[in-house]
Amino acid sequence: MTSTEAKISVQHVTKTFSLGRETFTALDDVSLDIANHEFVTVVGPSGCGKSTLMNILAGLETPTAGRALVDGAPVSGPGPERGVIFQQYALFPWLTVRQNVEFGLRTTGVPKAERRARAEHFIELVGLERFADALPKTLSGGMRQRCAIARAYAVDPSILLMDEPFGALDALTRVKLQEQLLKTWSQDKRTVLFITHDVDEAVFLANRVVVMAARPGRVYDVIDVDPAIVRDEAFRLSPEFAALRNRVWHSVYHQEGRTAALSGSHSSPS
Amino acid sequence: MSVLDKRSADQRHSRPEKEPGALPGSEAGDTTAGDTKSAREPSRSGRRGLPLALNAVSVALGIALWWALASAGFKLPTPPEVVSRAGTLISDGTLADDALASLTRVLIGFALGTAVAVPVGFLMGWYGILRGLIEPWIQFFRTIPPLAIIPLAVVAMGIDETPKIFVIFLAAFLACVISTFQGVVNVDRTLINAARVLGAGDATIFARVVVPASTPFILVGMRVGLGSAWATLVAAELIAAQEGLGYRMQNAQLYYDLPTIFVGLISIGILGLLMDRVLLLAERRLTRWQERR
Ligand SMILES: Nc1ncnc2c1ncn2[C@@H]1O[C@H](COP(=O)(O)OP(=O)(O)O)[C@@H](O)[C@H]1O
Ligand SMILES: [Mg+2]
Repeated sequence: MTSTEAKISVQHVTKTFSLGRETFTALDDVSLDIANHEFVTVVGPSGCGKSTLMNILAGLETPTAGRALVDGAPVSGPGPERGVIFQQYALFPWLTVRQNVEFGLRTTGVPKAERRARAEHFIELVGLERFADALPKTLSGGMRQRCAIARAYAVDPSILLMDEPFGALDALTRVKLQEQLLKTWSQDKRTVLFITHDVDEAVFLANRVVVMAARPGRVYDVIDVDPAIVRDEAFRLSPEFAALRNRVWHSVYHQEGRTAALSGSHSSPS
Repeated sequence: MSVLDKRSADQRHSRPEKEPGALPGSEAGDTTAGDTKSAREPSRSGRRGLPLALNAVSVALGIALWWALASAGFKLPTPPEVVSRAGTLISDGTLADDALASLTRVLIGFALGTAVAVPVGFLMGWYGILRGLIEPWIQFFRTIPPLAIIPLAVVAMGIDETPKIFVIFLAAFLACVISTFQGVVNVDRTLINAARVLGAGDATIFARVVVPASTPFILVGMRVGLGSAWATLVAAELIAAQEGLGYRMQNAQLYYDLPTIFVGLISIGILGLLMDRVLLLAERRLTRWQERR
């Protein structure tokens, strides 16, 4: 795949942080192409640079070397075509659900009536209509993340960058939100880069699982998942799923060389 | 963008992933399971009654203790003596005049102090350069007790209201500016990032993220500033005042007039408490969105 036809193209990206006199290599020569409408999950031990990679694509960090392209153009900051969903939800706690969802529409100058209508639509999409005027503090974790998803959808991005969005949720809520996410994705076919440390989640959602390794952060393995598979409960319980899961699990937890796969404090997938 | 990058450089060591309670309302440790509305807030009315009763009991006990000590021969006026002195001071208008004079000084000094502190605190938190330029002066003046400024203030400003209001202004300003600055510096990076990816520029981030996020800090600073303003009042009224609660107490001191001193103390306490309650109420209203434990 050449970079011109890729929706997202990460080319030899290296990112170092200076900590006092030392420098720390968070990403070492990472390359990755994501096609339009593809759903890619990135899984790896904590500290392997997943968030750093996402922040570079979101335009919140700049690579030390290499470049990141979106639609063929170098990323030079955040843009409305890229919606970002953070693990900590990052809802504005002083705004209601509705005001949160309208935030991006206000900054881009969408007129009030249309703003209202669009917010309404996406609040309904994530099933929060009864809580439209509630403050985030009154919502459960799952509801907060649904609000954050509505807020990102509202500006209608063609790319969704999601950094461990369901990581803080209980297993049941997580499965529900995964299914909802897939349902919306199968309708609108956005390009999704979904970061997780949960192997099951990575396999269930992906067209392609990218496994990263730490110290230095790099792409360790890429595992394709047949996009024709219907992602439902039957798939989750199928032998194919188990085999894929097995494969990804080994890649994540038995990385060769000086890896820190098991030393992280991340919760182990069930 | 440059501004934000500088801020981020400062903050890098405390990544928002698990900042222990650095910001009110941060998301750490959300354990609410499932999709039900969290039932964290128990019934309010049941919890309110008891502390109030305890407060009343405590005040009554304190007065009883005071009375007992006074009767036991300590150099204290008894509560009835103080009440009757208060009666005289109220009926001849002295107390009202003094209270008004003091209140005016405190309010003007406090209002000016806050009005200057909030923008200065924002500028320091937002622009690293300004922080570097202003901070040493604030740290320096913070170490000087307001009392020590008085000789300078009198020489520089004379003996009318100006030096008195100035020292109160300084006390309120210093308390509030630090807290506002802390508020700006502590704004959750993730919230700023969330605003940026939703298309917000610097001005929008400032107005719609930094200002609301630092409001709780500013209000706390205002309350501390108000406390400092009252604390400085008595010192300020050392400066050749003709009236005021502090002046009245110093005057009474010359004549060993303990009841008057007590009336002054209690008046300052009550006025300070009332103003603090007003600010507390404002704080509750403006920061209702915060998660409280
Ligand atoms: N701004 C920063 N300054 C210094 N080190 C950082 C910074 N951001 C991330 N790191 C380090 O880079 C590594 C990768 O971080 P991150 O991308 O957050 O990993 P992950 O999301 O995979 O857990 C970690 O070791 C982290 O401590
Ligand atoms: Mg991360």
